[in-house]
Amino acid sequence: MEIPYTSKPRPDTGLYNAKIGIWLFLASEVMLFGALFSSYILLRVGSRVEDWPSGLLNIPIGTFNTAVLIISSVTVVMAWASLKMNQFGKFKMYMICTVLCALAFLCIKSFEYRDKFMHHEIWLNKAITVKRDGKEVEVTRLTGHFEDHRMFVTLPKLKAAGTEHIEFEADPHHYSEDKLAMRKKGEHEKVEIAVADIKRISAFVPAHSTYFAIYFTLTGLHALHVLGGAVVMAFIACSSGMWKRDPERQTNRVEVAGLFWHFVDLVWIFLFPVLYLL
Amino acid sequence: MSDHAQAHDDHDVSKHIRGYLIIGATLIVGTVLTVLASYVDLGHHWNIILALVIATIKASLVALFFMHLISEKQMIYTVLAFTVIFFCALMFLTIGAYHSLPVHTVTH
Repeated sequence: MEIPYTSKPRPDTGLYNAKIGIWLFLASEVMLFGALFSSYILLRVGSRVEDWPSGLLNIPIGTFNTAVLIISSVTVVMAWASLKMNQFGKFKMYMICTVLCALAFLCIKSFEYRDKFMHHEIWLNKAITVKRDGKEVEVTRLTGHFEDHRMFVTLPKLKAAGTEHIEFEADPHHYSEDKLAMRKKGEHEKVEIAVADIKRISAFVPAHSTYFAIYFTLTGLHALHVLGGAVVMAFIACSSGMWKRDPERQTNRVEVAGLFWHFVDLVWIFLFPVLYLL
Repeated sequence: MSDHAQAHDDHDVSKHIRGYLIIGATLIVGTVLTVLASYVDLGHHWNIILALVIATIKASLVALFFMHLISEKQMIYTVLAFTVIFFCALMFLTIGAYHSLPVHTVTH
C-alpha cells in the first residue's frame, strides 16, 4: 500500500504529512525542554547566590560550540536549497558538512564533560589559609583538581583507599566570591589537605549540586538530540536512491530533518547564555 | 510541478541563499554580543534580561528564516499557537510555584 501525501501536499492542510508530523513533534519537544527550563528557573531562584555555581564552564569553548551549531544550521538549509535547485552534488557536500559540525559539537562537549569530571570541590570541617588575589584568606570551600587529574573522587573512596593526605591544585578563586571572580586569571595553588578535615568532596558531576544536576540533564538531553540528528543526517547524506525515485520526497525529507536540526540549534541558543554566562 | 513552476521555484530558492548566509552571520554576531554583554555588570536582573532578549531575537531569526515560519501554512501556525499557550501556562505555573517556595530551600 502506498502512503499518501509523502511528497504532494494534502488538499485540506496544504502540507505533506511529514511536515505536520515534525511540527507536532517539535511542539512536544518545546514542552519537554520547557519543563526542564522551568525546573532550572525554580532551582536557581530557590538557591542562595553562594550555593549556585557560576563561571565554572569554559566560555570560549561554549562560544565556539555555539558557532559550530549555527554553521551547521546554515549548511543544512543550504543542503535543502541545493536540492530545490536540483544540485545533488552540492546537497551532499552541505549534508556532510552538517554531520561533521554535529560530530565536532559532540566531541567538544565530551571534552568539556571530561574536564568537569576531573574538577572537584572540597568542603572542609575547619578553615584553611589560601591566597586570593595575593592576600591570605581563610576558606572552608575549595575548587580545583588533583595533580594526577583523577576523576570522580569522593570521601568514601579516599577513606577506603586509606589515604591520609591529598595534594590538591586549588583554583585561584571560588564561585561564591562574586559573579565574575572565576573569570579572573590566576595561578593554581598547591594545597595539602588532611582527609580527616574533609567534610565532603565531589567532582563536578550531577551529585555535586542542583546546578550540575540540571546542567547535565539539559546538556545531556540536548547532546542526545544532536546525536540523533547526526545519525539521520548521515543516513540522508549517504542514500541517493530516494533522489532517483522521487526527488520531491527526498527534498521533503531534508526539509523535515532540517526543521528538527534548527530546533536543536534553537534550544542551544537559550542553553548557552543561561548555563554559561548568567 | 510544471517546468515553468519548477523554474520559478528554483529562482525563489536561489534568491534566499544570500539571506540564509546573512542570517547565519547575524547569529554568530549575536552570540559574540551575548558573551560581551555578560562581561558588563548591569546588575544581575538586567544581565539576565539582556541575555534572554538577545537569545530570543536569535531564536526568532532561526524560526522565521531557517524554519520558514515567515511564510507557512495556516495549519502550522495553529499547532504553534497551542504550543505557545501551553508553554505560557507552564511558565505561569513556574512563577506561581516560585511565590509559594520557601526562601533558600535549595542548598548545593
